[in-house]
Amino acid sequence: MLGQPMPSESNATDRTIEAVWRIDSAKLVATLSRQVGDVGLAEDMAQDALVVALEQWPEQGIPDSPTAWLLTTARNRGIDRIRRDRTLREKYGEIAVELGRAEPEPGPERAVFDEDRIGDDVLTLLFTACHPALTVDSQVALTLKAVGGLSTPEIARAFLVSDATIAQRVVRAKRTLSESGVGFAPPGDDELSERLRAVLGVIYLIFNEGYAATSGESWMRTDLSAEALRLGRVLVGLAPEEPEAHGLVALMEIQASRFPARTDGEGRVVLLMDQDRARWDRLLIRLGLERLELAEALGPAGPYLLQARIAACHARAARPEDTDWHEIVAGYDALLELGPNPVTELNRAVAVGMAGDPAAALATVDDLGSDRRMSGYHLLPSVRGELLAKLGRFDEAAGEFERAAEMTGNDRERQVLEAKAAEMKEISS
Amino acid sequence: MRCMVFVKATEDSEAGVMPSEKDLSEMGAFNEELVAAGVMLDGNGLHPSVKGVRVRYDDGAAQVIDGPFAETKELVAGFWVWEVGSMEEAIEWARRIPFNHGESVEIRPVFEPEDFGEEYTPELQERGAAMEAKIREQHG
Repeated sequence: MLGQPMPSESNATDRTIEAVWRIDSAKLVATLSRQVGDVGLAEDMAQDALVVALEQWPEQGIPDSPTAWLLTTARNRGIDRIRRDRTLREKYGEIAVELGRAEPEPGPERAVFDEDRIGDDVLTLLFTACHPALTVDSQVALTLKAVGGLSTPEIARAFLVSDATIAQRVVRAKRTLSESGVGFAPPGDDELSERLRAVLGVIYLIFNEGYAATSGESWMRTDLSAEALRLGRVLVGLAPEEPEAHGLVALMEIQASRFPARTDGEGRVVLLMDQDRARWDRLLIRLGLERLELAEALGPAGPYLLQARIAACHARAARPEDTDWHEIVAGYDALLELGPNPVTELNRAVAVGMAGDPAAALATVDDLGSDRRMSGYHLLPSVRGELLAKLGRFDEAAGEFERAAEMTGNDRERQVLEAKAAEMKEISS
Repeated sequence: MRCMVFVKATEDSEAGVMPSEKDLSEMGAFNEELVAAGVMLDGNGLHPSVKGVRVRYDDGAAQVIDGPFAETKELVAGFWVWEVGSMEEAIEWARRIPFNHGESVEIRPVFEPEDFGEEYTPELQERGAAMEAKIREQHG
């Protein structure tokens, strides 16, 4: 998780540092955040320690307890930082003194992190990184940096933006947190569900960015999805009673189970109904279905659990024709009861069409066409095309697929849509 | 990447000596840590080889050999399936396994379709898929 491209050209020590960082950086930042009461400062301290490790370990060897070493170094560097900088000194002077005589040096004989606190600390870190005072872009960047332990260039690569853009988002996030006096405290009971929703939203956004890259040549950036899954699993490990947290992880697991089937040997997109289901990852399906069951038992179904329920209908169908479309329509009905949403309406229309009523589905889609929020959404003409094709109106269908192809920002998806348009034209001529 | 971690058998595990309460609670804590880190996908201990069988395939005939099996160090006593960022991360996790009585583990990355490279042609992939579809039909 370092600044340089990893790992092929790096040596074994660097890779070990990277591994330790990936495993422990969230705990480091969380522990330091509790001690200094500022996520931004804590993250800077942890980064300082990482830099020192990269300088010293290759020559001096890896310490017996690398994590304890990182924590102590981060703390000492933090004290130096605060003493050197006047603004910091004024703000954190007392904290530096506290830090100086902080908990006894961790050693191999005792746990590096406070075992009674570390879970809550990491959870608080996640809540703070997704704080409503931050923009969504900043929430995503800070979550990946401070909780995921990713480097700025890694995040930048994943989102296809420049390093400077991500660095700026992180800096801005830290500054906003500091200036708005957010501190480091878990959300109160009254705001818990709203704050949890923000965390779930950020994780799912990261997952989706990897699942269906909105721009660029690559259809999937699965590393990002893997990272979101990891964050989601961390979250359910820390908040095991939250049905929606389990619902989200179940949803991601089931969707991720399809990654191996989502592109063919040539890198072309394969859509759900055409996927070779033998290539679906059965371990992930099993985990997702088990987790869905657990989530259902924990409490009332929220939006993620309902989406997981729908995804599970596909996962359970050994062949496309085995799909229980009526169950899927019911899932979308339940989702729409939670709140109207044109994209959910569109998905429901797809399911209605598959359940055997393309005419009714087409009527819904036509209604959606007048919804301004849907203008520019390429899946609207794409779905319309599918439904028209089902109704035998191939010529119109071709036009819709062409329209969808013009609208999508994803090169691979465009190819699929163009191919469909061509197919429709051939049938109708 | 996904990897499978094999816990190798020991004389104790082969003799059916059950772990102590201390061992169990330490391992429980480690597994909780793995789960909380989003790493552990699966894992369990295995009965000693005396309860296992081997099936050997020769000249079209399958021969069943009952356990126990002799070469203790080659046997497997348990497994994990981990999702990690790299082999180094798996090694770093393995360092943290609360073993200290001469146990050993073996970490093996799981094949992913792209590992097969060009040898795994679309035709072969198709054949594999057809085969698996048939298996599913037979077993539901």
